[in-house]
Amino acid sequence: MMNILAFIWCGIIAFGVIMYVILGGFDLGVGIMSIFFKDEKERDLLMSAILPMWDGNQTWLVFGGATLYGAFPAAFSMILPIMYIPILIMVIALLFRGVAFEFRLKAIKTKRLWELCIFLGSVFATLAQGLILGTFVRGFNLSPHVAKIDQWFNPFGIACAIALVFGYVLLGANFLIIKTSGELQEKNYKLASKIQYIILAAFIMVSIWSPFLDPAIRERWFDPNHMLYLAILPFVTLLLLCGHWVALKKKQEYLPFWSVIGMFLMCYLGFIISSYPYIVPRQLTYMEAAADRSSLLFMLVGACVMLPPLLYYTYYSYRIFRGKVTQIEY
Amino acid sequence: MLLDTALLSRIQFGFTISFHILFPAFSIGLVLFIAIMETFWLKTKNSLYLGICKFWTKIFALTFGMGVVSGVVMEFQLGTNWAGFTQAVGGVLGPLFTYEVMTAFFIEAGFLGVMLFGWERVGPRLHYLATLLVVIGTTLSAYWIMSANTWMQHPVGYKQVGSVFKVADWMQIVFNPALFPRFIHMLLASYISAGLVICSVSAYYLLQNRFITFAKTCFSFTWLALFVLIPVQIYFGDVTGVQVHINQPLKTAAMEGIWDTQAGAPLVLFAIPDQKKQMNHWELSIPHGAALFNTHQWNGVLRGLKTVSISDQPHVIPVFFGFRMMVGSGLLMLLLSIIAVYLRWRGRLYNTRWFLISSVLSAPLGFIALWCGWITAEMGRQPWIVYGVLRTANAVSPVSLREVMISFALLFIVYGIIFGYFYFYFLHKTLHKGPSGIQEKEESRQPFQYMPSSFKEHP
Repeated sequence: MMNILAFIWCGIIAFGVIMYVILGGFDLGVGIMSIFFKDEKERDLLMSAILPMWDGNQTWLVFGGATLYGAFPAAFSMILPIMYIPILIMVIALLFRGVAFEFRLKAIKTKRLWELCIFLGSVFATLAQGLILGTFVRGFNLSPHVAKIDQWFNPFGIACAIALVFGYVLLGANFLIIKTSGELQEKNYKLASKIQYIILAAFIMVSIWSPFLDPAIRERWFDPNHMLYLAILPFVTLLLLCGHWVALKKKQEYLPFWSVIGMFLMCYLGFIISSYPYIVPRQLTYMEAAADRSSLLFMLVGACVMLPPLLYYTYYSYRIFRGKVTQIEY
Repeated sequence: MLLDTALLSRIQFGFTISFHILFPAFSIGLVLFIAIMETFWLKTKNSLYLGICKFWTKIFALTFGMGVVSGVVMEFQLGTNWAGFTQAVGGVLGPLFTYEVMTAFFIEAGFLGVMLFGWERVGPRLHYLATLLVVIGTTLSAYWIMSANTWMQHPVGYKQVGSVFKVADWMQIVFNPALFPRFIHMLLASYISAGLVICSVSAYYLLQNRFITFAKTCFSFTWLALFVLIPVQIYFGDVTGVQVHINQPLKTAAMEGIWDTQAGAPLVLFAIPDQKKQMNHWELSIPHGAALFNTHQWNGVLRGLKTVSISDQPHVIPVFFGFRMMVGSGLLMLLLSIIAVYLRWRGRLYNTRWFLISSVLSAPLGFIALWCGWITAEMGRQPWIVYGVLRTANAVSPVSLREVMISFALLFIVYGIIFGYFYFYFLHKTLHKGPSGIQEKEESRQPFQYMPSSFKEHP
């Protein structure tokens, strides 16, 4: 019973995290690429496309943090002090970015400055998330001989961070293909078709690198009993990437975005397969870190009641702002 | 005292939360005001109210955004700097935060977009619904945060297993008997703080002779609302005080500057408490006052600080003066609101220059009271992080002093620049530009139709 509850909560947190990665990912991606658009009108449109969404998207991050705190307090209080600096960088970057969205709307002379803040905030938040992701894939090492900074600052983490920047930009560009038209849309098609090759390279790199990080990962993926089933995952990912390539060629508007979401899902699934059943990889399983049964049950009641309407009105508010973007004012 | 991780983490938390609280408090009050004005607009179709809504929505958007981003810092800071605390009480407080996100944040985030950017995209009724949902979201958010904080002040419904706290009864935690007055006290504090800002801005326009219709409506409505709210707030302050005395007698002792347990303790109006000598200097007091206020009895017994060793006492100075400043600001607001209603009755509210200037200056008054109240509540709880069961010193993370120094320096610079300068810069800019789309020619001698006749301007 206890294990089932903990497992359900693991699932809910995993869901919250992937929601953030996809939704927060595209708005971070748009934030990163915005600086490269030279025309102020274009930048205005870019910002207008994400302005009504970014706050709701970011709430999934807050959701992930709060549920981890509530359902797995032992994991929360183990991970955060270790990741002190990257988390600090992430929250400060998100803070800069959030206020810059507001200030930019009201600024005239300092508009450029706030655009720079949105760019830097988005880049640093993504890099910090990439470093955290890298640590999770690689696993935590609590031995006193390992310096704390090496936990998260290492070649693999840096590679993950850079890959994530491109991943988010690809999501962002594809989101903008849906939201824009004409010349601006054309630019996003071009950008997306360039970045997909970088993403292909990143897939290959991570797939080759991560089995060497930890024998446990290698054993899991190359276990002769499962290998065939698990091979479906990289295969589907490649298929999605091909689909993305074709969709861009054919100037499809929705298909590229959805195929990138598919790729993110596959990678996430791969990550979960590598680290299951750990919630703090190689240190603490989700069963060990779980809160008391009554806490999990109490939260589950709330989640069952609140998550369905919550998902519905997330969808609903996206619907209200659907269609090609026009300049937003208030 | 030597600077260690615990002390620096406390300073960092105090610093970040002091900034953070301003934004949600202002937002909670402001969105209620906007909702009321939108109600008036839907009822009367008078474009004046729509103009009021749209203008204050701009300010709300700016403020709410600040609250969201500084709130993310708070959430993660709990884990980065207070891992001992989250480890021990995560099972109790974590679910409350989860409920806050599930019931409040998503409502706010989902409908805020509609509220801010949806004027053209949805009908007026749907927009109104969005505004109401944001009101509900912000209120619920305050409820969950207050329930977590109240549990730290007055832990109930838990069982301790080793070093970890587990929940015995959720009903007791979510409906903590100490929670109700504290929640209302906080909500009213938000309404009053926001109300004073609205009055201040309106008075500024009146003094400048700009946006007269707009300013008169906001000014008159809000002072009347404050006239009602402030006495209610004082009542709930009293209820909270009595309850603090029951649950945390040492906090009351520090608030009142009472060193020795005594019956019929005096109300110390002014003193310089001396923690080393365990006594007050230059004490000026009213006999039986503190006993009367805290126990509602002439000879009620107040426990003195000396009943515990110095290391178990809260720092008296900040608690003692914080409490006095809160009460002092509250009484000043009460006085102002009485004057406002008197002037309105005499028909001089909009042209009594000294009162308009006082109103402009009173903008920070609510926030000062709010800060001082929180300092009293939180410093008065020390040296405990969860009163009587978990010491603050045992709550810190295994992080180095250097890391906390880096984080605090960064946060200090970033908050200073963003909240200390740019927030006020853009606030001022928006205020200077003023509301748009309100036709001044609509001004009538009776701009405010919802006042009882006695409040209508004299001809």
